[in-house]
Amino acid sequence: MLRACLIALCAVSPAAADEIWVSNEKDDTISVIDIETLEVVRTIPVGARPRGITFSKDHSVLYLCASDDDAVQVIDPETGEILHDLPSGEDPEQFVLHPDDRHLYIANEDDAITTVVDTETRRVVAQIDVGIEPEGMAVSPDGKIAITTSETTNMAHWIDTGTQQLFANTLVDSRPRHAEFVKEGSELWVSSEIGGTVTVFDVATQAEKAKIDFEVQGVHPDRVQPVGFEFANGDSHAFVALGPSNHVAVVNAETYEVEDYILVGRRVWHMEFNRDRSLLFTTNGVSGDVTVIDVAAREPVKTIKVGRFPWGAAFRPTD
Amino acid sequence: MGGTSLFAPLLAAFCLAWPAGAVEVRVHHLTVEVPPPPILSELETRPEGLGADGARLGRDDNATTGRFLGQTYELEVSTVDVDGDIAAAARAALAETPFLIVDGPTEALLAIADLPEAQGALIFNVSEGDPALRDASCRANLLHTVPSTAMRTDALAQFLVLRRWDDLVLVEGEHAADAAYAAALERSLAKFGLRLSDRKTWAFDADMRRNANAEVPLFTQGFGDYDALLVADELGDFGRYLLYNTWEPRPVAGSEGLTAQTWAPVVEQWGAVQLQNRFTELADRGMEPVDWAAWAATRSIGEAVTRTGAADPAAIRAFLLSDAFELAGFKGRPLTFRAWNGQLRQPIPLVHPRALVASAPLEGFLHQRTELDTLGLDEPESACTAFR
Repeated sequence: MLRACLIALCAVSPAAADEIWVSNEKDDTISVIDIETLEVVRTIPVGARPRGITFSKDHSVLYLCASDDDAVQVIDPETGEILHDLPSGEDPEQFVLHPDDRHLYIANEDDAITTVVDTETRRVVAQIDVGIEPEGMAVSPDGKIAITTSETTNMAHWIDTGTQQLFANTLVDSRPRHAEFVKEGSELWVSSEIGGTVTVFDVATQAEKAKIDFEVQGVHPDRVQPVGFEFANGDSHAFVALGPSNHVAVVNAETYEVEDYILVGRRVWHMEFNRDRSLLFTTNGVSGDVTVIDVAAREPVKTIKVGRFPWGAAFRPTD
Repeated sequence: MGGTSLFAPLLAAFCLAWPAGAVEVRVHHLTVEVPPPPILSELETRPEGLGADGARLGRDDNATTGRFLGQTYELEVSTVDVDGDIAAAARAALAETPFLIVDGPTEALLAIADLPEAQGALIFNVSEGDPALRDASCRANLLHTVPSTAMRTDALAQFLVLRRWDDLVLVEGEHAADAAYAAALERSLAKFGLRLSDRKTWAFDADMRRNANAEVPLFTQGFGDYDALLVADELGDFGRYLLYNTWEPRPVAGSEGLTAQTWAPVVEQWGAVQLQNRFTELADRGMEPVDWAAWAATRSIGEAVTRTGAADPAAIRAFLLSDAFELAGFKGRPLTFRAWNGQLRQPIPLVHPRALVASAPLEGFLHQRTELDTLGLDEPESACTAFR
């Protein structure tokens, strides 16, 4: 406890422990959680309606979608200072940093566009027409394919990053929210919030390989709405946030079977692991908190109050 | 427990179907114009493009998706006066397309649905809440994206139960729409075990010697004690003057105060902000219930075309009424059609002008099929046989 207080007091100096950074959509702040004490040690004011959040590869800067400011903000994680804005197109919601550590692929939710920004020259490199309400963003590990999912068009759009052109559009169930490449980029997983499913694609053929359904006891299927998800070590299991069902599903990534459901806070949205992936931090929008899950035990161990409507989370090592 | 389907034969069939050539879909939006009777306040005007703007947005949404699938969407818009030749207007539209969206009253909807030219067409009711259209007067070629009045009053009754405001009084206007709404309220109060202890008619006659709002305290004095005052004033005439003017300080609900709506500009959860923004950008105003219903009708057609690759009304109707259809309607859960009367199942927002208060079905109101069927006519209650 004393230690926690001390850390809180030294708010501006670098903390000793690793951190989880959480964007609070309706507070225009970031809550910084100390992974050792599991407490909020810093609250950083940022732009309007912060959602997508990610660090550069060396964690020297934080990129943040300030959706209602129509900008991606670049923030110094040491000081919390906003260094500059990147042009992002209108209403940036979510983005992904290309493996080249230089290009951001940004979903412009109100504009049906994916914007590619060069973080060094701070210029827009390309804008690609996609479906309505683009949201989920992913880039393959080799950097050759970028994915945008569009919530109202209900598609995963496959972008060739060499030409910045679409080369495939695949239908998924209603309101696709999140996409991730797994297993060395051989599979693409896409969650569909209203459809209540996760679709697994074979990347080589863009063909549907499997579809995962969820069933939470005592919750009507309509309320089981998969959104964000992340993979455990070795991509063996996926942890899938199920929105207003207030559960995270544990999916075996080989058999595509759901093995467990973990009770978390209300309207669970996105999540992030700590360094060794032994702990998982979920953002719970409606309850305004973060649930800490012990990954091995598959149990929630703590709830941490953050700002209003926490949306995304990003890990920051501090050594 | 949750499982997986490595094989999805149905979807696979659709996958094969979509690239198979271009599909062209034309939708017609017909407004039957009913001149509004005079009301006390002149604060609001009927926006130009009401309803049709929703269909326009739906067309744009469909077209964006269609671009990736070789499907194109067109929308024609027309209006006809309620005293005009409605049948001729409908025939002209049906000569162009089998997909017809109608914003009009019961008589017009039935006249259109019963036209020989409309047999085999697919008509969407986007404004008429009349429960009879989901009951004995249903038509097999008529689907409803607007909720029935019974769905809206059931939503309100659930909220009254939740708040334990179970002793209610009613003030009703003299128009037919007021009587219909009052009847729906009565049915809902009985359904959810609430008590209507008194009712009064707001009549404009020679006794009205002061401003309407000055009359209200005296008018409501005789109600004695009660929990909430319900108002049936579907034209928006006198109801607005009841708030804060009742003899007893009590909440007002129904046509004014806390209202159960198809849609409202204050709905912002469940990604609704995006839909509201898109609509405001297109129409330069907030999205009204009839706009949402017309959008939902257009999007339902688009969703069915996308998933089936077909564009003939029989295939679209069969898909819409099947378990495979679901519409992401920005209401928090997937929307489907009731296969027994063609009504779109949907949550009902309970709102005041500045915020969403609750969204029905409320927690604790259970149903063996889906909680959404706690709202409106359930299968055993509906005398509709056209869908069997």
